[in-house]
Amino acid sequence: MAALGSPARTLRGLLRELRYLDAASGRPYRDTAAYRYLVKAFRAHRVTSEKLCRAQHELHFQAATYLCLLRSVRQHVALHQEFHGKGERSVEESAGLVGLQLPQQPGGKGWEP
Amino acid sequence: MRPPRPLGVMWRICPRLRDRGRGLLNRPSSDPTGSMWPRPTPRPPARAYVPPTERKRFYQNVSISQGEGGFEINLDHRKLKTPQAKLFTVPSEALAIAVATEWDSQQDTIKFYTMHLTTLCNTSLDNPTQRNKDQMIRAAVKFLDTDTICYRVEEPETLVELQKNEWDPVIEWAEKRYGVEIGSSTSIMGPSIPTQTREVLTSHLSSYNMWALQGIEFVVAQLKSMVLTLGLIDRRLTVEQAVLLSRLEEEYQIQKWGNIEWAHDYELQELRARTAAGTLFVHLCLESSTVKHKLLQE
Repeated sequence: MAALGSPARTLRGLLRELRYLDAASGRPYRDTAAYRYLVKAFRAHRVTSEKLCRAQHELHFQAATYLCLLRSVRQHVALHQEFHGKGERSVEESAGLVGLQLPQQPGGKGWEP
Repeated sequence: MRPPRPLGVMWRICPRLRDRGRGLLNRPSSDPTGSMWPRPTPRPPARAYVPPTERKRFYQNVSISQGEGGFEINLDHRKLKTPQAKLFTVPSEALAIAVATEWDSQQDTIKFYTMHLTTLCNTSLDNPTQRNKDQMIRAAVKFLDTDTICYRVEEPETLVELQKNEWDPVIEWAEKRYGVEIGSSTSIMGPSIPTQTREVLTSHLSSYNMWALQGIEFVVAQLKSMVLTLGLIDRRLTVEQAVLLSRLEEEYQIQKWGNIEWAHDYELQELRARTAAGTLFVHLCLESSTVKHKLLQE
């Protein structure tokens, strides 16, 4: 069966992801609708003592999927910023890569306005 | 006849997605992963590469409200609309909250390429390629002919072993669960899927509604495998497991030759994000009725 781990761990991971996200809106993460919904859903389904409760497993799977979504989006954006987000180098920097310098012409280049 | 092209295709800012979207649009069947957002402004002519102007975050608060068609998203006081200017409504509260969280998590600029759930909802609401249920089911079942986990290599030996150990159990599970024959093959023509298998799967898929089918097609396009998608929908595999199985050969090569963070990890996280979004979308579109029942019984 799916290796989901314990629901407590998934919940903790979700709360951590929400904490990372709240830097954007500035509001504490406990205010968000997502936090309230998750806590309510986890509490409601915790009551059953039966280990093989199907609804519990369904909810846990959905929560784990959402956690995977939040985590991978955050890491994807971080990787993008680090490796692909910088744009192109300027001409000066490109020349500097191979140890060259652009010539300086005090009178300006002939074709520039 | 070819379905009409989606209007105002905007190549997402991420260059990798740009190529992928263009390549996939050449197929007659539509690609729901192609972005449907209109371009904000034309790109200014410049000598260095300047990214197209990005929309800044123009709202402070995101909230959801319940309308007559379902749940709606409010950005400040404005209601969110789809690219074709329809009102954005979703049937499930959990889905609405997840979409609202996506919009709320944008800092400074809005990165549409990270908002997978929003894109899926927009595609389902707009249906820009105007396909009906039969076309979608046919396209999904057709994928079995080129299913990743049915396509086996013949060498190197260790990879053959790995494919057998990891992929065979999933195929067996699918065969048992649906009572069909799938099998695997090493020939270049791919596995030969018997008609009975196709029929069984077609009738199974037609029990899902249009929204769930959009999600299923999205996941199939990401994982390049119908069997793995079935495993995800039936909760036999987690997203991480399904992605690993889909990328089995890549992982094998990474272990052998080394990992390149800016390519391998980048693609892995992107694939995980999209697969997770698709799976969550399918499950949330399916089970809105069951949740209500449980609450009523208490």
